[in-house]
Amino acid sequence: MTLRVKDLKVYYQTLRGDVHALDGVNFELADGEIMGLAGESGCGKSTLGKSLIRLDSRMRHVDGTIELDGENVPIADDRGMNRFRYHEISLIPQYAMSALNPTRKIGRMINELLQSRGVKPSEVAEELKRRLELVGLDPDVLNRFPIELSGGMKQRVVMVMATLLNPSVLIADEATSALDVSTQRSVVESMVEFRDRGFVKSMIFVTHDISLVYQMADTVMVMYAGRIAEKAPASTIINSPQHPYTKMLIGALPEVGSTVETRLEGIPGTPPGLLKPPTGCRFKARCPIASEECSQVPPLVEIEPGHWAACWKTGR
Amino acid sequence: MLELSHVHKVYRVGAFGGAKLRAVRDVNLLVKPGEVVSLIGESGSGKSTIGKMVLGLTKPSQGTITFEGEDITRIRGFAARKEYYGRVQGVFQDPFSSFNPIFKADRVFEMIRTSYFPGVSDADWREKVLDVVGTVRLDPENVLNKYPHQLSGGQLQRLLIARALLLDIRLLVADEIISMLDASTRIDVLNLLADLKERGLGILFVTHDLSLGNYVSDRSVILHKGAIAEMGPTRRVFENPLHPYSRHLLSCVPQLHRTWAEVDAELAANPPEDFEPPTVEEGDDSAPLVEAEEGHFVGIDQR
Repeated sequence: MTLRVKDLKVYYQTLRGDVHALDGVNFELADGEIMGLAGESGCGKSTLGKSLIRLDSRMRHVDGTIELDGENVPIADDRGMNRFRYHEISLIPQYAMSALNPTRKIGRMINELLQSRGVKPSEVAEELKRRLELVGLDPDVLNRFPIELSGGMKQRVVMVMATLLNPSVLIADEATSALDVSTQRSVVESMVEFRDRGFVKSMIFVTHDISLVYQMADTVMVMYAGRIAEKAPASTIINSPQHPYTKMLIGALPEVGSTVETRLEGIPGTPPGLLKPPTGCRFKARCPIASEECSQVPPLVEIEPGHWAACWKTGR
Repeated sequence: MLELSHVHKVYRVGAFGGAKLRAVRDVNLLVKPGEVVSLIGESGSGKSTIGKMVLGLTKPSQGTITFEGEDITRIRGFAARKEYYGRVQGVFQDPFSSFNPIFKADRVFEMIRTSYFPGVSDADWREKVLDVVGTVRLDPENVLNKYPHQLSGGQLQRLLIARALLLDIRLLVADEIISMLDASTRIDVLNLLADLKERGLGILFVTHDLSLGNYVSDRSVILHKGAIAEMGPTRRVFENPLHPYSRHLLSCVPQLHRTWAEVDAELAANPPEDFEPPTVEEGDDSAPLVEAEEGHFVGIDQR
């Protein structure tokens, strides 16, 4: 078991009170698993990714534990986390453009990064070149400035950089959302290859695009308003989702092949604000099958092996 | 209704404007009333530049754009431009930056009123606003008299479409209007475009997302490096792509029920027939199209 997250609660502190961005999140990530983390904006998916690396000054760890390879990850302890950052838990941010220092050549920047983490650059120099070639980049990019590379190339540089020390968990936060479709495909395929070659043990791929997740993830976790709605193998989420939110979300996606003649339906309403989250099931206001029991919080239960859902109506 | 004929756009780039970048190359395009035409392309394909030229935000370097028989590149003067914008309006990608955050969102309606309908009485105007807000399927109670941050992206985007509908527009240029919206609300905006089409509005739908283009449009235009790679009825373009670039693009789209591996295997099992795209001489800036079947055109291959 690579990662085990238990009842994690992370709130944002604001002048008007706490925003319950993560409110009791439970999941496990197996060795070698690529988990797609999907949901609408504001559901807490990026907060979850960030919590595993660094809480910024507004974020407060309220409750819950994270275990990585059997070891407790002290996410509230900014210094204590240093041991895990980059070595064990690494991140690919959404915009590679803003992840690279524009005033440094890429090679120099990577060396500075390694030194700051206590690694001698010469120890990994060969590996760095090998991996750049693996993702189809000329090692000559190390002598170039970020501005000289295209978006897809920069994203690949960041990917190689983030996985250079073979981390246990890689968090890719919307890592390909800013890329064109053909570049997106090749970057995603190299990510899967990095997992297959063991450069990263497991991966959390945060995205809003469920059809992309289906291409590469082993499992998909769908979040809604700070909680987990459903987690299952990717093909189960797409072909037989159980949570009403997942069902409606997948029903609302146009595909190559669907046209206006077969009208798709959106989900009426908007997600609840998390400053004062509603009691009970957070989807109940938009849910077509909500009833009285939904005023109680539905537990996340395993309805069949590997398939978890938080809804009173499933699993009966 | 809208016709682009041999439109080119060349930008000067580089430190002293010495280098040239051909953003749009020899584009010929027609939008009829009640028709949705998708302009599909990756970044740098010139799709937004075409939208901007149609809206008169930038001028083509060569070629003509005619709207209802009038060459819009020759429109001069404030009154004539204002008259043009009474018929053609645009909605853009980011609804949050289209509104001024310190004013209430429905101020955009008030600005249309002062510019175009100064003589309308309060009661009539209110009725008109309620009518368009209903057309975009919003509840006036929830959206009027609110600040932009109190509304969702989907609501703001629909308010902007409602604003365009206050005018008697014939053509809507929708530049990536869905991209910033969440999956559960974007379909409502797409369905709204389909409703507007029924009312006889022509829509130029600019997008990078092939599945969105496919869902809403009658005709699709796939752009590559400024030139048209393939153009035709949406169904034909997606079922039977002939240009090598559109085939490549379609094989890279993540699909909901098929993985890339399945798509590749299928392509390998039934390889499509090769189609010879037209060619041009080196140094020739034109981009001819060949009609492969009725209404389905294939353009030059630029690698």
